[in-house]
Amino acid sequence: MERRSVRHRRAAPSVWEGLRYRGGMGQWAWVLHRLSGLGILLFLVLHVVDIFLAAFGPEVFNKLLFLYHSWVFRPFIVLLVFGVVYHALNGLRLVIVDFWPAANAYQKPMWIGATALSLGVTAISILAFFWEG
Amino acid sequence: MYPSETAREAEVGGVGARPRPQGGFELWSWYFMRVSGVVLLFLAVFHLLWMHWVIGLSNITFDTIVERWTGPLGPFWRVYDLALLVFALTHGMNGARWVINDYVHRRGWNLTLKTALGVLYALLMLMGAYVIFTFQAPSALVTP
Repeated sequence: MERRSVRHRRAAPSVWEGLRYRGGMGQWAWVLHRLSGLGILLFLVLHVVDIFLAAFGPEVFNKLLFLYHSWVFRPFIVLLVFGVVYHALNGLRLVIVDFWPAANAYQKPMWIGATALSLGVTAISILAFFWEG
Repeated sequence: MYPSETAREAEVGGVGARPRPQGGFELWSWYFMRVSGVVLLFLAVFHLLWMHWVIGLSNITFDTIVERWTGPLGPFWRVYDLALLVFALTHGMNGARWVINDYVHRRGWNLTLKTALGVLYALLMLMGAYVIFTFQAPSALVTP
């Protein structure tokens, strides 16, 4: 009986438990890191395929360019820009904490800095869209 | 799933990163994510800002690829793009493998999804490498 309850307690976390996490900054940092990672991977799959199609000449490739030129897809590209920069900078925070434990005390300012910088880069990229017209 | 209750707590409840695995392939993959992550911080972010801020998304056409891969800096860009492909695809696919291991605990489904991921990884790597190595400008587009 004792053994069974111990085994039950050590069971892997449910999806909900994984999503719920512990709350607070760490939860948001982690949720955004995971979602941005999966989103970037999804785009990467699309991107490798569209560049692969360039091997078949300009007609095929230029037909796909509406993905990058159309305003319909711009919101997704804005999300991609934020996702890439956030994933890079938040990832850097994780690497710093992993290899320099003393940095643990600065996790919150580092995360706020990473997020603020990501938002800044995203804002400039939105302005660039309007600049290009 | 987790080597100990502490490891599970560290992952599900901690603020920091995934705990360092004890050894073997998982320890290697843990280090790879960190090293490739820092490499991609430069490669991928530079690529993104170059295409968005310097080239401009609206200006990208087939000719952009012709200039990039067959222009004077062609060899540099092909090596750059190959490095980007290898690091980004491997980093992303390993991340997806971690996500599958985190949420899919039924052995059959876990292995099925990871096999599909492995096939996709190999296929995309071949497609990407193929176009980077073999791309040639259609003669009509070659600028004198």
